[in-house]
Amino acid sequence: MTDLTRLTIAEAREKLRGKEITASELTEAYVSAIEQANPTFNAYVATTPDKARDMAKASDTRLARGEGGALEGIPLGIKDLFATEGVHTQACSHVLDGFEPRYESTVTANLWADGAVMLGKLNMDEFAMGSSNETSYYGPVVNPWRRSRVQTTVKPTFHDGGSGFVQPGGVEESRSYDNMQLVPGGSSGGSAAAVSAFLCAGATATDTGGSIRQPAAFTGTVGIKPTYGRVSRWGTVAFASSLDQAGPIARDVRDAAILLKSMASVDAKDTTSVDLPVPDYEAAIGKSVKGMKIGIPREYRVDGMPDDIEALWQKGIAWLKDAGAEIVDISLPHTKYALPAYYIVAPAEASSNLARYDGVRYGLRVPGKDIIEMYENTRAAGFGREVKRRIMIGTYVLSAGYYDAYYLQAQKVRTLIKRDFEQAFAAGVDVILTPATPSAAFGIADQDMAADPVKMYLNDIFTVTVNMAGLPGIAVPAGLDGHGLPLGLQLIGRPFDEETLFQTANVIEQAAGRFQPEKWW
Amino acid sequence: MSVDLKTVKRVAHLARIAVSEDDAQRMTGELNAILGFVEQLNEVDVSGVEPMTSVTPMEMKKRVDAVTDGNKAADIVANAPATDENFFLVPKVVE
Repeated sequence: MTDLTRLTIAEAREKLRGKEITASELTEAYVSAIEQANPTFNAYVATTPDKARDMAKASDTRLARGEGGALEGIPLGIKDLFATEGVHTQACSHVLDGFEPRYESTVTANLWADGAVMLGKLNMDEFAMGSSNETSYYGPVVNPWRRSRVQTTVKPTFHDGGSGFVQPGGVEESRSYDNMQLVPGGSSGGSAAAVSAFLCAGATATDTGGSIRQPAAFTGTVGIKPTYGRVSRWGTVAFASSLDQAGPIARDVRDAAILLKSMASVDAKDTTSVDLPVPDYEAAIGKSVKGMKIGIPREYRVDGMPDDIEALWQKGIAWLKDAGAEIVDISLPHTKYALPAYYIVAPAEASSNLARYDGVRYGLRVPGKDIIEMYENTRAAGFGREVKRRIMIGTYVLSAGYYDAYYLQAQKVRTLIKRDFEQAFAAGVDVILTPATPSAAFGIADQDMAADPVKMYLNDIFTVTVNMAGLPGIAVPAGLDGHGLPLGLQLIGRPFDEETLFQTANVIEQAAGRFQPEKWW
Repeated sequence: MSVDLKTVKRVAHLARIAVSEDDAQRMTGELNAILGFVEQLNEVDVSGVEPMTSVTPMEMKKRVDAVTDGNKAADIVANAPATDENFFLVPKVVE
């Protein structure tokens, strides 16, 4: 029998409905894959095999009655940021030690209502603050992709004089793999690694500055950050409330469309959830991009960008041109200010959101001589370095005398960043094409990144503008670099026009093909 | 602008995070690196630009003024480190 974990969601859905396989068989395949491989990858921080089996059994009953939902029997991994009732929910922080919510987030409730099966909770950077999954209290996640080199061996023609046997020579190519462990990106590193290593059919993720799209690009998977307000934030641990948005990471564009349809909803419990019906995103796949206007922003060509990235971008342009789209050069002049503005706005909002971790209502408590010292000791022991750094920056920029110079200035710049995009769309651009990341996946414990926090922040240089403007963005794998590592392209759309992103991303996917790591684990 | 050790300690106290002398020293360097990076925002001409308050233009939703939830005291204290009869317990704050 074929390995069931290799099926896409669309393929599994077909086989489940056709009764070729059962939800229980599919779930069992994932449960044993996780058991075998999770010690290698550290993608899951908590697994729920019994719950998964119960949910799969219930799915089988519904499927037998012909009552299956849109995701009936599909096993998913859930980022540790989503509240799941009675199950480990800690945003991969020590400060939420032992927290098991008594409620379910809207996103996960939507998935279970559509019949999906929960495999467990996925590793992430602590409170989603990071670009490498290394700030997790539960340790780093290993990327299933490894660097490789192509070796060519020239073999001479072999003659056996006695027997007259001749073996023709030639050039032989083989790949040799490097054992260095690479990061899967972050903050949704567990989600991206689990999808890429076939440890779930798809995963939930969240994106505040690039946390869906950068890990998707690093692992050869598809990730979409929807328009702000498309997916309810209720029950999702808050990082920066004006930027946070949940979305899926999946094996291909169709699967991402299927997942987003179920995750998105209009939710009275989130005042920023938009009152717009959720379209059938899957219907956009397969539609032509003929006549569409694709914007290429000149400011995304940054100094020191590797040749591989530039070449990939040019390939993307050529594919869309061949498919009949019109390519136009555009300018988004405030691009370079998005990242510095983000590093004021996001920490400011985080310092306020994370004030709730006080050792009183949930999680860790470290005693002190009075209540203030108890707060200070709890937060000192509960938060990791990066989280503390951001709370400190946020507290500083919001403190008396500095608010106007930092926060107000950043929010004004944010208005200008959004205006750049509005002007491009007003000029008739349908979608904007950029690289997803400035590099391929890097090594775990990279010295340069560890020494300079700003260097790590630069990972989000192409993605963060999209959060600042509240727009939808999708990362789609488009090729491999010289070391055989996946690279992604990003498409940015008009507000609430995720359909055009799926449509265009599918054209890139068709041209580029799909990318999967060679199994070594 | 940059911060000195004294400011870092003051901000840490405002943020309710205990810091050792070593932590504060290290954080001073890190915070100054980040503040140096965001400095470039001052180049931008923002005269006449409104600060962003909402990324998607939308009307604030209002809900009916009605009780739709409640009687969940046990659920609310379920994850607390110290409780007594559905109350959160904290160190003494009034002498």
